[in-house]
Amino acid sequence: MTERKGAVIVGELSDGNLAPITTELLSIGRKLADELGQELSALFIGSGIGETANEAIFFGADKVYVIDKPLFKDYLTDSYVGALEKFVKQIEPELLLLGHTSLGRDVAPRLAFRLETGLTQDCVELAIDPETKLLQKTKPVYGGNALAIYVCEEGRPQMATIRAKVVEPSTQDTSRKGNIIPFDPELDEAAIKGKVISKVKEEITGIKLEEANVVVCGGRGIGGPEPFQQLEGLARMLNGAVGATRPPCDAKWCPAYYQVGLTGKLISPSLYIGIALSGASQHLAGMTGSKTIVAINKDPEANIFGIAHYGVVGEYGKILPAFMEKCQEFLSKT
Amino acid sequence: MNLIVCVKEILDPEIPAKAFKVDPEAKRAIKPQDIQLVISDYDESAVEAALKIKDSVESKITVISLGGESAKNIIRRCIAMGADEGVLLSDPLFIDDDSFATAFVLAQAIKKLGDFDLILCGRQEGDWDAGQVGSGIAELLGIPSVTMLGNIEVKDGKVVVERVVSDGRESVEVPLPALATVSSEIGEPRYPSFRRVREASKKEIPTWNAQDITPAESRNRMLSLFAPPREVKCEFITGETPEETGINLALKLKEVKAI
Repeated sequence: MTERKGAVIVGELSDGNLAPITTELLSIGRKLADELGQELSALFIGSGIGETANEAIFFGADKVYVIDKPLFKDYLTDSYVGALEKFVKQIEPELLLLGHTSLGRDVAPRLAFRLETGLTQDCVELAIDPETKLLQKTKPVYGGNALAIYVCEEGRPQMATIRAKVVEPSTQDTSRKGNIIPFDPELDEAAIKGKVISKVKEEITGIKLEEANVVVCGGRGIGGPEPFQQLEGLARMLNGAVGATRPPCDAKWCPAYYQVGLTGKLISPSLYIGIALSGASQHLAGMTGSKTIVAINKDPEANIFGIAHYGVVGEYGKILPAFMEKCQEFLSKT
Repeated sequence: MNLIVCVKEILDPEIPAKAFKVDPEAKRAIKPQDIQLVISDYDESAVEAALKIKDSVESKITVISLGGESAKNIIRRCIAMGADEGVLLSDPLFIDDDSFATAFVLAQAIKKLGDFDLILCGRQEGDWDAGQVGSGIAELLGIPSVTMLGNIEVKDGKVVVERVVSDGRESVEVPLPALATVSSEIGEPRYPSFRRVREASKKEIPTWNAQDITPAESRNRMLSLFAPPREVKCEFITGETPEETGINLALKLKEVKAI
């Protein structure tokens, strides 16, 4: 049996550039590969990729593999799992890392089962155990209430998907050299089940939640769709974005893309204001990166007060107007 | 259509943080004495997806769960929502905290149930949040899978699923038999009626154990489980009136340069 070697990260592109998750993967991939004394490769799958993928060399990859075929223009489970399977069986890496993205979440579990190996998803930390040299995979569990550390002792490659923004992306070094290697997984296209019929891109107006410096989140206690306009007014005033916990999104009081939490958007603003939300762990898991946390809730026992820096117990409807007026006063003076 | 839904009984994720405690030896959360286990959120969404199909196409829904005896409670709840049959998979040898070990047992149970058209699972469970069992079952059964279902339509032996992806939605057509994992975008799960709750309480729910289904080993090993301590002390802003409190909050945030 051949010795397994090397770390592979599955890169993604966005708007003709390396997606931020890719530079984060390259950063952690480089660190892990160095600790194992092995090579780091990046793999890109798609159609019409061009030269962008090559930039992965500047961000730490020793090799960039490119699977570039019309078959991979749209993401389909069957084709991507099939391609990765062929790639892994040929290259035989020790570690395989993906982002915990739409792509990662769909392809990684099926691939892990096909390769008969152990995968851990949504990792917030990855490290090499100094004694066993195994990949230690840390992830939030119980809706974010606890952390668990896993290892995969037998299956190979050891697999993980990593959460966005938990790793500092690597810096570019344009003097780095590496190889660009095209790869053809030679899939039987007739065996691909399913097809993509249509895609609808979300129309997001205003500042993106993940990039906002100020986020105002509404919860179940908001009670309906109309009060969200008040939150939108506050967010606009503070140059921020509006988010929500799951219940308002499920009840369609606000767009689904407002959802902040373990299975929604992950935010890390300087100022977070949570209004009429209890602070369920699934929501907290999405915003604990916030610098200053403010909460307004009529229940003094609400979970959110356990992590908030500043809290107000009361009805937001009565508190917000005066709060907003005073804020407006400060902002007009600056 | 023959639909199968996989559901799991878990510790209620909405319990107050103060009540949440971990047993580091057992590597599990401790179930508080007076608190009932509940059906995992996204599994309820999976049941709702099955019921939406049943609303439009004549269907039989079988609910299966790997768990303890008390998991029969959630199976009955699913029947009360509109499912037809249920089976409990229970044995000390069945592992419920490793995606492969769990998927393997569920896949065998599904094979034992006979023919099916569509299997529905929640996108991830509210305890381990692993998000793998659905796709794993599909791989073990050799059937196509789609994940993150926000909407589903069945037409002419094909299923068109609207997947929720990071920048919007995509519609994917998948031939049957297949498996889909469901997200909460499917809509609010319906409430059971009183009549159905009564009927469900009388329903016979067979239990299959390690004599009926071969258990499997874990592929990952948990080294440790811990709850990070919370260090923040909240400063409560007050006032004579709500309006004054609002003003005081603004003043405080200005003072600490948050605004």
